[in-house]
Amino acid sequence: MEILRITTAGSVDDGKSTLIGRLLYETDSLKTDQVETIEAKSKSLGYDYIDFSLATDGLLTEREQGITIDVSHLYFSTPKRRFIIADAPGHVEYTRNMVTGASNVNVAIILLDARKGVMEQTKRHLYITQLMGIKHLIFTINKMDLIDYDEQQFNSIVTEIKKLVDQYDWNPELDFIPVSALKGDNVIRKSNQMSWYNGTDLLNLIKSLTITEDVSGDGVLQVQYVIRPKTEKFHDYRGFAGKVKSGVFQKGDQIEVFPSGQKTTVKSIEKYGQNKDEVVEGENATLLLEDEIDASRGNAIVKTKHRLKTDKQLQAKVCWMQSSDLNPNSKYWLQQGVNKILVKVNDIASKIDWEAWKSVPTNRLTMNDIGAVNLQLAQPLIYAPYSSNKSLGAFILIDAQTNNTAGVGFIL
Amino acid sequence: MNTLSYLEEEAIYIIREVVGQFNKPVLLFSGGKDSIVLLHLCKKAFLPAKIPFPLLHIDTGHNFPETIALRDELVKRYEVQLHIGSVQESIDRGKVVEEKGKYASRNSLQTTTLLETIEQYKFDACMGGARRDEEKARAKERVFSVRDDFGQWNEKLQRPELFDILNGQIHSGENVRAFPISNWTELDVWEYIRHEKLEIPSIYFAHQRNVFNRDGQLMPCSDFIVHNPEEAFEETVRFRTVGDMSCTAAVPSKALDLDTVINEIKGSSISERGARMDDKRSEGAMEERKKVGYF
Repeated sequence: MEILRITTAGSVDDGKSTLIGRLLYETDSLKTDQVETIEAKSKSLGYDYIDFSLATDGLLTEREQGITIDVSHLYFSTPKRRFIIADAPGHVEYTRNMVTGASNVNVAIILLDARKGVMEQTKRHLYITQLMGIKHLIFTINKMDLIDYDEQQFNSIVTEIKKLVDQYDWNPELDFIPVSALKGDNVIRKSNQMSWYNGTDLLNLIKSLTITEDVSGDGVLQVQYVIRPKTEKFHDYRGFAGKVKSGVFQKGDQIEVFPSGQKTTVKSIEKYGQNKDEVVEGENATLLLEDEIDASRGNAIVKTKHRLKTDKQLQAKVCWMQSSDLNPNSKYWLQQGVNKILVKVNDIASKIDWEAWKSVPTNRLTMNDIGAVNLQLAQPLIYAPYSSNKSLGAFILIDAQTNNTAGVGFIL
Repeated sequence: MNTLSYLEEEAIYIIREVVGQFNKPVLLFSGGKDSIVLLHLCKKAFLPAKIPFPLLHIDTGHNFPETIALRDELVKRYEVQLHIGSVQESIDRGKVVEEKGKYASRNSLQTTTLLETIEQYKFDACMGGARRDEEKARAKERVFSVRDDFGQWNEKLQRPELFDILNGQIHSGENVRAFPISNWTELDVWEYIRHEKLEIPSIYFAHQRNVFNRDGQLMPCSDFIVHNPEEAFEETVRFRTVGDMSCTAAVPSKALDLDTVINEIKGSSISERGARMDDKRSEGAMEERKKVGYF
C-alpha cells in the first residue's frame, strides 16, 4: 500500500473541514463513537445538519470559533492507498501554516467557494504552491449546490485559475472538480446533479493519481549519527548513519566528505544491521567507508561526481513565520536537513506585496511575508537550488534567542 | 515504498534526530503495544550498537501484572536501563492527592510524577509512542513538541515543522517530547507487530476476565477500582489500549492471535480511545491534560 500525502488550503468558510470530514466519514475512517460525538455536538449547537468540521478542528478554541487555527494531521485509507492529510487553515494570518502543511506533500487540494470564485487568498495559495514546487493541484469548487450547479460559473472560475497559473514558470498537473462538501456531490461518488461534468469525483481522483518517485538527483547522505558500538565484537566499527537526501548509493561508490573534502570508497552499506547493495533517496542507511576518515553529524557524504554547489553566500526566498520581524544584520541558525550553521542576514532585497501583487523593495519581513534575502554563512554550505533538489535547497532559520523556528527558506 | 516501510524510515530518522540533538534523551515506556513498537524501532536505529539511552516507566501502581512482567523481560532482552517514576511515591510524599469517587483514576496524577522524574534525571528529550490518529488534540501535535519549565504544551505557540527538518533547540530547563510514530495509525502498529513478530502483553488478546459494566463500558475488576461486587460477571474480552487499570475498558473479543486482532480492528465501529475513560471526562479532556504536561 502506497502513501499519498495531501495538503488542503482554502479561505475561511470555504468548507474545507466539512470536505475532509466527509471524506473521513464516507471512507469509514470516523468510528461510531466519534460520529456520535459530532452528531450530539451539532445538535446541541442547533445545527440542521451534522457539522463534519467538528471532527477535524481539534482544539477547543477552534471548535468554539468554528475555525481551524493550526495544521492538523488526518489519516484515512482505501484498500490500495493510505492518505495523510495536512489540513492547513485558511486565514490570512495563518499563511505560515499553509507553507508548513505544503512542505511534505505530493498533492495540494485548493478549495474555492463557487459563489465567490477566485479570491485574494486563492492567489496566495497558488503563489505558495508554486514556490514550494508542488506538482499536482486539485481545485475543488465547493458549494455548487448554492449556485444551482451552474456550469458557466464553474467554467469561468476554471478559466481564471488557468490564467493565474500561466503567469508562473511552472507546469503542475491541474484538476478541477465541482463539489458540494455538504451534500456530498462529487466527493466520494459522481454527482447526478451535474451531468455536464465529465471528470471523476475527488476520492476516485486521489485514489488513482500517479505518485512519482525521482531518484535522479546527486547522491548525498547527511550524517545524522555515527554508530560506534564499542563492544568486543564490533571493536573498530564506525558506521555513518543518516538519510539518503537524494540519489542512490551503491557499494563501491567513490565518495567525498563535505566540508573536509576527504575522499574514499563505500566499503559496505547497512540498514538496521543488515547488508544492502543499494539505498535510494528517502531511505535511512549506514555507510561503512574503506578508509578511516573524519565525518560527524551534519557533514555530507557525497558521490564524487555531482552538480552541487558550495558557498558561504546564498540568495534565497524566505517565508517569515514568527511575530518579531526579520531585520538586516540579524543572526540566526540555518538548518538544512540535520546540518546547522550560523548565518547573518546581509540584506533583504524585496518582498511580495500581497495587495499590489508585485515584488516591492523592503528592509524587513514581518510574519507571513515572503521575500528575497541575501545570507552570509559562517561556514560553506553544500547545496542545490530548491527548484532542482528540495532536500538540499530548503532550510529553516532558528531564532538564536528564542530558539523558535522563525522562517523557512528556499535557495535560489 | 509501502506504508510500513515508509513509516519505519520516518520513525527511525526521528529517533536518530533525538539522539543527535539532545544530551539526555529517554524513552517513555509503558509496556503497551505502542511503546513496544518504539523500543524495537530504537533498537533497529542503532544496530549493531545497543540503544544509547534508558527507558522511563511512569508507574501508576495500577498496572496490569501481565504488562509489568513483559516490561521487565524486555528490559533484559533489549539490554537497556529502566528508570521508574512512581505515582505511589508522589502520593506518599504529598505531591499529589488521590482522586475520590467511583471514577477515581491515577491517570492524571501521572503528570506530576513524570515532570518530577524528568527534573530529577535532567532528561531533555522524552520519546513517546503517542500517535496523531488517537485523539483530536493529538492530531495537532508536532513531532518535536517543546514543553516549558512547567512541562506545559502551548498549542498556539507550536513550532512549524517543515520538510523533515526538526528543530530541537531549547533553553536549559525546557524539554522536548518527541513522537517518532506520530503518523502511524492503530492498524499500522498492529501490522508492524505482526511483520516484526514482536511480543506484546497477553491482555491484548481474548481472555476470560471478571468485568463490570460502567456507563456502557466493560471495566476490569481489580482492587484499584470501586464497584459493587454483585455487578461483576465473567466475559471473554481483550484490551485495545493498555493504560492504568482504573481507566482502561475492555472490549468483547474472540481474537486469540494477531491475524484475528487485525481483522477485528478493521471491522470495528468504535475508535481505539473509545474505551478510555480518561478521554471521556470532557470534550477537551486530552487537550486540557496536555496543557499541564501530560504526555
